[in-house]
Amino acid sequence: MSVEILMQSLNSPIELRNVYGETLIELTRENNKIVLLEADLMGAIKTNNYQKAFPNNLISCGIMEANMVGVASGLSLRGFIPYMHTFGPFATRRCYDQLFLSIGYAKLNLKIIGSDSGVSAAHNGGTHMPFEDIGLMRLIPKCTVIEISDHVMFRDILKQVSSRYGMYYIRIVRKSMEQIYKEDSTFKIGKGIVLREGKTVAIVATGIMIKEALLAREMLEKEGISTAVIDMFTIKPIDKELLIRYANKTDLIVTAENHNIIGGLGSAVLESLEKTNSKVARVGVEDRFGQVGTQQFLQKEYGLTALKIVETVKENL
Amino acid sequence: MKKFSAQIRLEILKMLKQRGFGHLGGSMSIVETLSVLYTKVMNIDPSNPAWEDRDYLVLSKGHAGPALYSALALKGYFKKSILLTLNDNNTTLPSHCDRLLTPGIDMTTGSLGQGISSAVGIAKALKLEKKQNKVYVIIGDGELNEGQCYEALQFAYHHKLDNLVLFIDENKQQLDGFTKDIMIQQDISKKVAAFGFDTVKIDGHNEEIILKAIKNALLVKDVPSCIVLDTVKGKGVEMYEGEINNHHVRFNDNQLEYVNNLITELEEEIS
Ligand SMILES: Cc1ncc(C[n+]2csc(CCOP(=O)(O)OP(=O)(O)O)c2C)c(N)n1
Ligand SMILES: [Mg+2]
Repeated sequence: MSVEILMQSLNSPIELRNVYGETLIELTRENNKIVLLEADLMGAIKTNNYQKAFPNNLISCGIMEANMVGVASGLSLRGFIPYMHTFGPFATRRCYDQLFLSIGYAKLNLKIIGSDSGVSAAHNGGTHMPFEDIGLMRLIPKCTVIEISDHVMFRDILKQVSSRYGMYYIRIVRKSMEQIYKEDSTFKIGKGIVLREGKTVAIVATGIMIKEALLAREMLEKEGISTAVIDMFTIKPIDKELLIRYANKTDLIVTAENHNIIGGLGSAVLESLEKTNSKVARVGVEDRFGQVGTQQFLQKEYGLTALKIVETVKENL
Repeated sequence: MKKFSAQIRLEILKMLKQRGFGHLGGSMSIVETLSVLYTKVMNIDPSNPAWEDRDYLVLSKGHAGPALYSALALKGYFKKSILLTLNDNNTTLPSHCDRLLTPGIDMTTGSLGQGISSAVGIAKALKLEKKQNKVYVIIGDGELNEGQCYEALQFAYHHKLDNLVLFIDENKQQLDGFTKDIMIQQDISKKVAAFGFDTVKIDGHNEEIILKAIKNALLVKDVPSCIVLDTVKGKGVEMYEGEINNHHVRFNDNQLEYVNNLITELEEEIS
C-alpha cells in the first residue's frame, strides 16, 4: 500500500507510545538482532510488554544517556540493530558528542526516538521541552531526521528503519495525535506529502502543526485564499523538488513547526529555496525556552496555532 | 523539626491534590532532610533570597520541586497560597526547579546529574572568595547513574571543597522501579568514600540523626562530605511507600479520597 490521506482528519485515541512497544515486538519476532535501549523511561514509553516478550533484547541502561549511545555503537559494531528512546532533550542534547562521533562519524546504526516533541512536553516544563533537537540532529552529517505526523506513520517508519542501515532521529509525541492517514498507509522517507492542493499559498508543516495547518487552510479557503498543505515529515534529507515545485506555483510558502524557527523545518525549507525567488514565512517558536503549562496554553503562548498561520499568510501575501 | 516535616508533607499533598498529579515519591523521601536544613542548619534570609552570605541549596533531583517549594513557602519566601499554582499556566512553581522563577531556588535543575556540578562550582567560587557560606546539594540514587555525578565527585575532592555537603537520597527506587533492577548501585557510601569524601549513611527519616550528621559534616576539614540518606520513596503516604509507580502519580478517585483523609490527619497532627 502507499499513502492514503484521510480527507477529514480524525481525533484518534491511539497513543504513539503503545505503537512503539507493539511494533517492536513484531519486528523483533522477525529479526532477533533488534534491541531496545532504555534509560529509565520505560514507563513513559510503555515497553513493559516488550520486556516480557524479549527480556534479553531490552537493555536497561539506567539514567545514562551518553553511555547508552556509546553502548549502542558497540552493539551496532556486532551487527545488532539498536533502537533507543528517551525524552527528546536527553536523546539529543544530553548525549550529543556521543551521537555525533560514536554513531555519526563512525557510520554506525542507531534509531533514536525522541519523545515529547516541543510543547507536547507540557507539564514537564522547560528542561524537558525540546525546541532545538531537530536543529541539532540536522547538523550531524547523513543523519536522517523525521518528525512523525500520526500513529499510522510511526508504525510504518519504525518498520522501515529496521532494515535501513544508519542514523535516524525520529521525533514523536508520546500520547495521541490527530490521525492524518488511513491505517496501513506506507510512506516514502525523503518525500513530502501533499495533503491538500492549493494555488496561492503552500503551508509546509510537521507534527502537531499539521492539524493546525489543515484548520488554517479551512479558514483561508473561506476567504478565497487557495491553500495547499504539505506534510514534510522528513526534514532531512528534505524533499527539495517538491518545495521548488510549490515555490514556483504559489505566491508564498509558510512553514509551521513545533520547534525553534532557527535550525528546524523553517530553516531547512529556506535553505532548499535558496536559488528561487519565492517568499517564505516561518511559524514556530521564536528563539525561546520552554515552560510548564497545558499543551493548549503553550501552543497559544508560542504562536503554534492555526490562527497564527492565517495571520502570517495574510501579512505576507 | 518534626512539626515542620509534617507541614512540608501536608503542603506537598495539597499541591499534588490540587493539580491531580505530580512527583510524589521523590518529594516525600527528602522531607526530613529539608526540614532539618531549613529549621536548624541553613543560614538564610527568606526576605532576601539573593543575600550574598546565604547558604546555598541545590536540589539536583529537580523533579522533587514540590518538597522544596513547600519548605520555602513555610519559611516565608513566598505566600503559601502560591503553592496551589504548581504547574499551572504562567506559574512561578514549575515541576522542576527554576532559579529564575521561584524565590529561594538557587539553581535550575531537571536534567539529572547537572545540579551536583553546579553545586560544586558554587562551592569552588566561595573558596576563591574566601567566604564561609556552605553549599548543600541533594541528588537521587537513580540520578547517581549519570556519569557527570562522578566527575563532580572528583572535582570536589581535588579542590578540597569542605564547604560542600552532598546528600544522596537512597530511596532505592528510580523511575521504572527498583535501582537493583535498573542499574545495580552496590554500596553507595563505599563508592563515594572511595572518591575521598567523608561519608556516612544514616536513617533519612530521623530529624535528630540528620542534624547530627550535618553538624559532623561541617566540622570536617579539607575534604567534602557526603550523607547517604537511607529513605523510603513516598514516605508518609503509606499507599505509595516503596510501591512501584510511585514516582509520578495521577490520582484516581480512591487515591484522591485516601489523600484527602491523610491531609485531614496531618492537619490534626499539626494543630
Ligand atoms: C538526564 C535525565 N534523564 C532522564 C530524566 C527523567 N527522569 C526524571 S526523574 C527520573 C528518575 C530519578 O530517580 P532518582 O534520582 O532515584 O529520584 P527519586 O527516586 O528521588 O525520585 C528520571 C529517569 C531526567 N529528568 N533527566
Ligand atoms: Mg531514587
